[in-house]
Amino acid sequence: MDQHESTYKPGSRTAKWWDERLPVMRMMHGQFVDFPTPRNLNYFWTFGGILTFCLAIQLVSGIVLAMHYIPSADLAFDSVERIRRDVNYGWLIRSMHAVGASMFFFAVYVHIFRGLYYGSYKAPREVLWIIGVLIYLVMMATAFLGYTLPWGQMSFWGATVITNFFSAIPLVGSTVVTWLWGGYSVTGTTLNRFYSLHYLLPFVIAGLVVLHIWALHVAGQNNPTGVEIKTKSDSVPMSPFAVMKDLFALGVFAMLFAWFVFYAPDYLGHADNYVEANPLVTPPHIVPEWYFLPFYAILRAVPSKLGGVVLMFAAVAILAFVSWLDTSRVRSTKYRPVYRWFFWLFVITCLALGYLGAKPAEGVYVFWARIFTFYYFAHFLLVMPIVGLIETPKPLPRSITEAVLGKGAGAGSPVAAAASPEKR
Amino acid sequence: MSSHDDNNPHASRRDFLAIAGPAFAAVGGAITLWPFVSQMNPDAGALALSSTEVDLAPVKEGQAITVQWRGKPVFIRYRTKKEIDEARSVAARSLPDPQADADRTKKGAEQWLVLVGVCTHLGCIPKGQSVGDVKGDYGGWFCPCHGSHYDTSGRIRQGPAPKNLEVPQYAFTNDAKTKIKIG
Repeated sequence: MDQHESTYKPGSRTAKWWDERLPVMRMMHGQFVDFPTPRNLNYFWTFGGILTFCLAIQLVSGIVLAMHYIPSADLAFDSVERIRRDVNYGWLIRSMHAVGASMFFFAVYVHIFRGLYYGSYKAPREVLWIIGVLIYLVMMATAFLGYTLPWGQMSFWGATVITNFFSAIPLVGSTVVTWLWGGYSVTGTTLNRFYSLHYLLPFVIAGLVVLHIWALHVAGQNNPTGVEIKTKSDSVPMSPFAVMKDLFALGVFAMLFAWFVFYAPDYLGHADNYVEANPLVTPPHIVPEWYFLPFYAILRAVPSKLGGVVLMFAAVAILAFVSWLDTSRVRSTKYRPVYRWFFWLFVITCLALGYLGAKPAEGVYVFWARIFTFYYFAHFLLVMPIVGLIETPKPLPRSITEAVLGKGAGAGSPVAAAASPEKR
Repeated sequence: MSSHDDNNPHASRRDFLAIAGPAFAAVGGAITLWPFVSQMNPDAGALALSSTEVDLAPVKEGQAITVQWRGKPVFIRYRTKKEIDEARSVAARSLPDPQADADRTKKGAEQWLVLVGVCTHLGCIPKGQSVGDVKGDYGGWFCPCHGSHYDTSGRIRQGPAPKNLEVPQYAFTNDAKTKIKIG
């Protein structure tokens, strides 16, 4: 983590005493105050900080909710209602937690697409990216477990459908599912263990976030040009420049968050989840929360059970391999005239899959879900390797400074059309 | 015994300890892990609920009832002659999960169809038990979650479900064949 000299000066005798024993302030100062940050970061780079904020909100509100929630099949539903009606400010804290899950996923999707657009997964940031994919995976597990806890109809049947994914495993499938349930169907026993794991996983996420930031601070941040920091003029200290920009974006994000919490706390959920779980009646139309819809569409697009489950998990897992699937030597899509079109096609594909996941699995919806599922995988397995090889990228700026301040001395100098940024 | 030496072709006592020690620790670790895996399986209370008795006498021809067994719904349908004929007229070999209707009922009580009412796709409960329900294209059951159609023998005919609705282990407990014990 040491690419720059520490400029930390203990400001008091106490600080000096600590610095000689546990230099945690020196470390924080080096990593979060005078850490060199590319001077050209745009607002898409503020989502890392926003996500940290989301994790903190979920942890704090969740720990408070756990003081009032009862993880039992008989009492869970009522205890959530009691939180909403009787507990002081329970309505607020529960809304923050429920809306917070959606905001967390919204932010993580912006963050992931930003990484895909600007090539933040490319060397030397492969490990950073893979840890990010793991965080996303654990987030999905946590969100699913948490959605089970209110013990409404969607909770119950969501839990049933998702745990049944594992029944697709040949030979041991049903044994695994019985083991997950602790019974022969989803019961209070299942609810209890899901509650335990829902409390555990956020701390796993927090640990992974530490590794994610560590890996980020080894490689340094990517930036819209994809050109690395070369001289001191390419960077600014993280504080106040990036920190203030992050805080401003966080303020705007918090306004959106608050609007949902105060004016539309249930808009992102399903009315069916205010009907208590009934193991004998499946709601006529089961859909997951919005942030899982694209994957749900992929699951239902495949006419085979095992095939659907495998493809759905593959849709997440494939993200871990993009560092090697993308053959382009240029990081940022800004300088990739051909790939840019495919990138936006991929964004449209994800949105379309999300729309189709919310529709019933019949007729024309299934047809389109299959088309878009094909493109989802083709984007990674065909477009990324092939376009990277055949495309002629636009000339890259020589440095971040040049990209920001114009060519200056470099004006008029012939820039090779074939990109090889590493060699410049 | 001399101490370990690369030129010594014989293993020393220390080599033995270096292999046996970690091997025992690994086996011990694995054995200790097992209770933590096994505790997730159904407990004695869940296992104790493993059978249920049902009186079929009040059920009329064409009617269906749903009972609970191990927390899951069990569909019991008193099939009409038309439904039985439909189930028998199709060649079992042509089905996605080939099974003859006769193998899914008890001899002498072919009108009774007993099924675990859980879709073999992802565990939803198919529609088809109540009078107004959609029964699917084959007159049996239809799963609203992902669109699986089951016929009047509870066999998968169309949709993503890989298997027929499960026939639980059950037996008639009286000679008049009006009572069954499931499980």
